[in-house]
Amino acid sequence: MIPVEYYFVLSALLFFIGVFGFVTRRNLIAMLISVELVLNAVDINFAAVNRLLYPQGMEGMFMTLFVIGVAAAESAVAIAIIINVYRNFKSDSVDSIKNMKW
Amino acid sequence: MEIYSYSFLILLLPALSFVILALAGMKMSHKTAGLIGTTSLGLVTLLSYCTAFAYFTADRTAEGAFATIVPYNFTWLPLGNLHFDMGILLDPISVMMLIVISTVSLMVHIYSFGYMHGEKGFQRYYAFLSLFTMSMLGLVVATNIFQMYTFWELVGVSSYLLIGFYYPLKPAIAASKKAFIVTRFADMFFLIGILLFGFYAGTFSFDFTVSGDVRAMAGAAFILPTALVLMFIGGAGKSAMFPLHIWLPDAMEGPTPVSALIHAATMVVAGVFQIARMFPLWINYAPEALSIVVWVGVFTAFYAAAVACAQSDIKRVLAFSTISQIAFMMVALGVCLPGHESVIDAHGSLGYMASMFHLFTHAMFKACLFLGAGCIIHAVHSNEMALMGGLRKYMPITHITFLISCLAIAGIPFFSGFSSKDEIISACFQYSPVVGWIMTGIAAMTAFYMFRLYYGIFWGTENKEAHEHHTPHEAPLTMTIPLIVLSVITVGVGVYSTLAGFLGWGGSFGSFVTANGQDYTIHFDTQIAVTSTIIALISIAVATYIYKGEQQPVADRLYKTFPKLHRAAYKRFYQDEIWQYVTHRIIFRCVSTPIAWFDRHVVDGTFNFMAWGANEAGESLRPWQSGDVRQYAVWFLTGAVALTLVLLAL
Repeated sequence: MIPVEYYFVLSALLFFIGVFGFVTRRNLIAMLISVELVLNAVDINFAAVNRLLYPQGMEGMFMTLFVIGVAAAESAVAIAIIINVYRNFKSDSVDSIKNMKW
Repeated sequence: MEIYSYSFLILLLPALSFVILALAGMKMSHKTAGLIGTTSLGLVTLLSYCTAFAYFTADRTAEGAFATIVPYNFTWLPLGNLHFDMGILLDPISVMMLIVISTVSLMVHIYSFGYMHGEKGFQRYYAFLSLFTMSMLGLVVATNIFQMYTFWELVGVSSYLLIGFYYPLKPAIAASKKAFIVTRFADMFFLIGILLFGFYAGTFSFDFTVSGDVRAMAGAAFILPTALVLMFIGGAGKSAMFPLHIWLPDAMEGPTPVSALIHAATMVVAGVFQIARMFPLWINYAPEALSIVVWVGVFTAFYAAAVACAQSDIKRVLAFSTISQIAFMMVALGVCLPGHESVIDAHGSLGYMASMFHLFTHAMFKACLFLGAGCIIHAVHSNEMALMGGLRKYMPITHITFLISCLAIAGIPFFSGFSSKDEIISACFQYSPVVGWIMTGIAAMTAFYMFRLYYGIFWGTENKEAHEHHTPHEAPLTMTIPLIVLSVITVGVGVYSTLAGFLGWGGSFGSFVTANGQDYTIHFDTQIAVTSTIIALISIAVATYIYKGEQQPVADRLYKTFPKLHRAAYKRFYQDEIWQYVTHRIIFRCVSTPIAWFDRHVVDGTFNFMAWGANEAGESLRPWQSGDVRQYAVWFLTGAVALTLVLLAL
């Protein structure tokens, strides 16, 4: 059986890769993918911790499924926004929407 | 008094016509606008005459004076104990001024139909004339100094607007600014005087008899004289006394009828009127300070007469003659001697009556002279005497009326100026023989320069070249009628007052206006009357000898003998240059520049620093709201990590 620490290490790696990608990437799609990575890291954590602490319960698993569902919806909305941004600014760079603050 | 209940119309009508002409004038034809202004002024004149008739035929009070009547008076602005009132006060001098202002103003309104014909801004011109007339009438009927001051500034504004009437011309703009700034500068002292007076007397009212505080204040010996002298500085500014006279000659840049109305007959005598108004205070509490008025007046009269002898622009000559004549009025007020026990003595205060009389006669003949000058300028299209000469053939009516007015100002018997000037000189001799002789000498100079002007315009060398090109013609009827009216007044008043003065008849000017209000029968001192007449005749003879001929060898020789003197007089003894030097070199450089530096660097700097600080704070906070999502994420993450660490550490 795979030790539970491996899951945590994987989750932490995924999480920081996601954060790193979110912070460093300028491309909106790449940022969205990074956010998905962060969410996946959380999912793994949920599943692993559920298994470790409450092997009889399934709440962690449900939460994982729930997060995947929300992530799918979020991706759909995010993609729609990105497409609109692209249409308006002719660019998918995150810098292009800076001037929305005024 | 109910019978004077219509008197508010005297102020309201010109105010209304000003509003109408100012708001809707540009949509009217020239004729309608002029008619509106003239009609309202005609009504005002009618009402003024009715008021004067009712006032002077009413019974006198027990003391033999005309009652002072206040038909209207309401508190305009209450300020604690002090309150600023607005109202109408009728007493001999204000009623006399009503007649002078409305008559001259009506004449000018009629005259302007011809003079300003086809001029751009004709409606605006009439609007300003109405504004001026309203303000001037408000000034003379003021019930208190504060109302007087309010209207005083209003006449200043109207004068500014009318001097700058030809606003595309640079000199007109400069002259109007100069007039406004110089008189404003003097008015500052007037205001200080008013406030000083109001503070100590506790009232602004002209009713000096009831304000016991005035007496109490007189205990503080120097306060009242100081306040009065400060007010006199204001009056000196308006009345163009030396050294504040510099604006008046330049004010001739305005249309000539305006010069006749404002800068000869009415506004410029406001200073004289002000002293006459405050006269009970002057004579009872500050008789020593009156000597300031006397000497300022004497010097101004002499200075202006000397300058007038050398000017070549006919309106400038008249302007300096106006300054000189107003100075006569000032001197006449100054030479009044106090009676005993603060009772104003009609004999000692002869100068008061003489001054008011001269104000009246001068307004008429000087307006006539200016309007005549307007006709000449209209015909010749120039102000320069060199382009005139020999005009008597072309302009008979102007010539005759101008001659009458010149004789009046020169002080020839049977012309109005004689009687009033003679009374002034008598009053001066009472005060001191020195002043009397100086004033007699100045009267001689007056006769000389007026006839120099007269011969220069109507006789002398005709400028054939210019006249061939454009033959001068007599002015239209609208312009000559006012001249005739004014000269008829001059002769009528002159003949009656001269006869009355020699034969001791009553009903002359002294029966209406005197210092204490009592009937005073003018009696000429034969010695003085004869002396001044002979001197005037000699001056006229000298002027005739020098200036009448086609060739003027004497005049040319005089120029050659005293070129420097002539040049200095022509340049008005460099008064403008001195003012220019004082203001630019001394005041601007030593006072204004450091103050401006302080203002720009210290005062502005403080506020700029505060603005800069706020700006910088904003700038440094601004990047936090960058809209840069990734940066937010970094901050968010940092915060989360920090919080976690803190929680772990706990």
